[in-house]
Amino acid sequence: MKIAVCIKQVPTREWQPRLAEDKKWIQEQDVSYEMNEPDAYALEEALRLREKHGGEVVVCSAGPSRVAKVLREALARGADRGLHIEADRLGSADAFVVADALAAAMKEESFDLVLTGLQSDDQGHAQMGVILAEKLSIPHSTIIMEVQIKDRELRIKRELEGGWFQWISTDLPALLTIQSGINQLRYATLKGIMAAKKKEIKKVPLPEGLQDSQVILSLAVPVKSKKTRMIEGAPDKAAEELVRCLKEEARVL
Amino acid sequence: MILVVAEQKNGKLNRATLETLVATKQLSGDMPVKVLVLGGSVGDVPSEFMASQVQEVLIVEDKLLDPYTSEAFVAVLQEIIETEKPSIVALSHTYQTRDFAPMLAARIRSPLITDITALKGTGNSATYMRPMFQGKLVAEVSPQGEKPYLVSFQIGAFRVNETANDSTPAPSRKVNIEINKASISMKPEQPFQEAKQAVDLTQAERIVAVGRGIKSEENLGIVENLAKVVGAQVAASRPICDSGWLPMERQIGSSGQTVGPKLYVALGISGAIQHLVGMKGSRTIVAINKDPDAPIFEVADYGIVGDLFDIVPALVTELEKD
Repeated sequence: MKIAVCIKQVPTREWQPRLAEDKKWIQEQDVSYEMNEPDAYALEEALRLREKHGGEVVVCSAGPSRVAKVLREALARGADRGLHIEADRLGSADAFVVADALAAAMKEESFDLVLTGLQSDDQGHAQMGVILAEKLSIPHSTIIMEVQIKDRELRIKRELEGGWFQWISTDLPALLTIQSGINQLRYATLKGIMAAKKKEIKKVPLPEGLQDSQVILSLAVPVKSKKTRMIEGAPDKAAEELVRCLKEEARVL
Repeated sequence: MILVVAEQKNGKLNRATLETLVATKQLSGDMPVKVLVLGGSVGDVPSEFMASQVQEVLIVEDKLLDPYTSEAFVAVLQEIIETEKPSIVALSHTYQTRDFAPMLAARIRSPLITDITALKGTGNSATYMRPMFQGKLVAEVSPQGEKPYLVSFQIGAFRVNETANDSTPAPSRKVNIEINKASISMKPEQPFQEAKQAVDLTQAERIVAVGRGIKSEENLGIVENLAKVVGAQVAASRPICDSGWLPMERQIGSSGQTVGPKLYVALGISGAIQHLVGMKGSRTIVAINKDPDAPIFEVADYGIVGDLFDIVPALVTELEKD
């Protein structure tokens, strides 16, 4: 079975936002990046499916040269090879542009299964995977919590809201967006890191003429909707003051 | 015209649709608004839309729409959009919308803006505010390209003011659409709930919730101590339940429960948007986090920047004094 995993590189969770001068994007120079968390779960799921059913796992990413780092990390965790659609504009591109870029590179590979995270921790459109499925002319399902495969038949557990789930069956090929927590992540071993150095990452140019489907006019730190009273001081003093506030002002204790 | 796609299950309207109607009202300016209700059987849902707000309710009923598949939904929406020619299609940013709206957008080559929390301007020239970078930033975005523009509104972002239903229901019209059965490859089974909910967090008066900042399962004891002296239920953000440290039924947020207790204490929770939508309606919110820029402080009434491993035991000691 030939499995593709689409991975995005995003700023780390600890990153403190700093805006670019034009306030239309972030200042990229001082950002530290990591693998988008839901994508890491998609990769883990792909590796587990390969262990069960054989085949290969190809990791795909559309982004500037920096994203080679997360592709290499995915190879170190066990993926077989990488596809890197490289262009600077992909760092801040919308879901349509990214899906078009990936589709152009992935179409001829005829993957049996394409996995990706349910959304990215940067722009968070929650669209790219589904658009990619449409571009690849394969069915999709989203927010998946379990994947079972028997021959060409796929059985998946989809998460609904409020603690509800649903099983869905369909045939391969298909695209699934994976929910965080579907499995326990593995980390790269030293052996894996060494092996990854010899694995191939194929660079693919971005197709020309891709149109933005939306533009960011401005980015800003959210305006507070509430007045927050920050309580300072040593832990015991802060605790004393907080308890006083909750009893006397908020009257919730 | 703006077309609102209503979400219903077994003839019961999803409240998120009413919020989307509020957002649409603000967005519409002088544009007329129509509502599409689709499903296997939609019951009385069409009569919930009032003539004072909605020009017409379109109804599409077909067995192939229940249970839901993206393929059947997109087939119906594509045809409705072709005949009705809306310039904006308004949706609620639910899991179901997330499953079919990008497919619809790709098929009709329309832009899709998701998770909208606020609007600027009206009609076709409106711009949309949406969170980015886990809510650390808010972006103002503008759709590009062909109409209709597809837009989905974040749950909880637009408040529904309860008004008496003193006006008459909007006129409704059934629309027949032939759905090609062969185009549906997904075979969904009936939805189910994993576990009987042992606790109903929605009824809790006080909640002490814990996030990544707790670091390991062994540390949960201090959270339970605090909950005990406060008389609160223990809840958690998604990563804690994903790790199996607390059961799924204790999860607050877009994939868990939405709560509005008198007191909500967030310990080591950064406040990703998925968590905030589940708790920002709480009356008094206390946030304790070592990161002064954590988004949780945006919604907090009281905040302490510091190490929860120092502050929580100090709080317990203080509360035990009484």
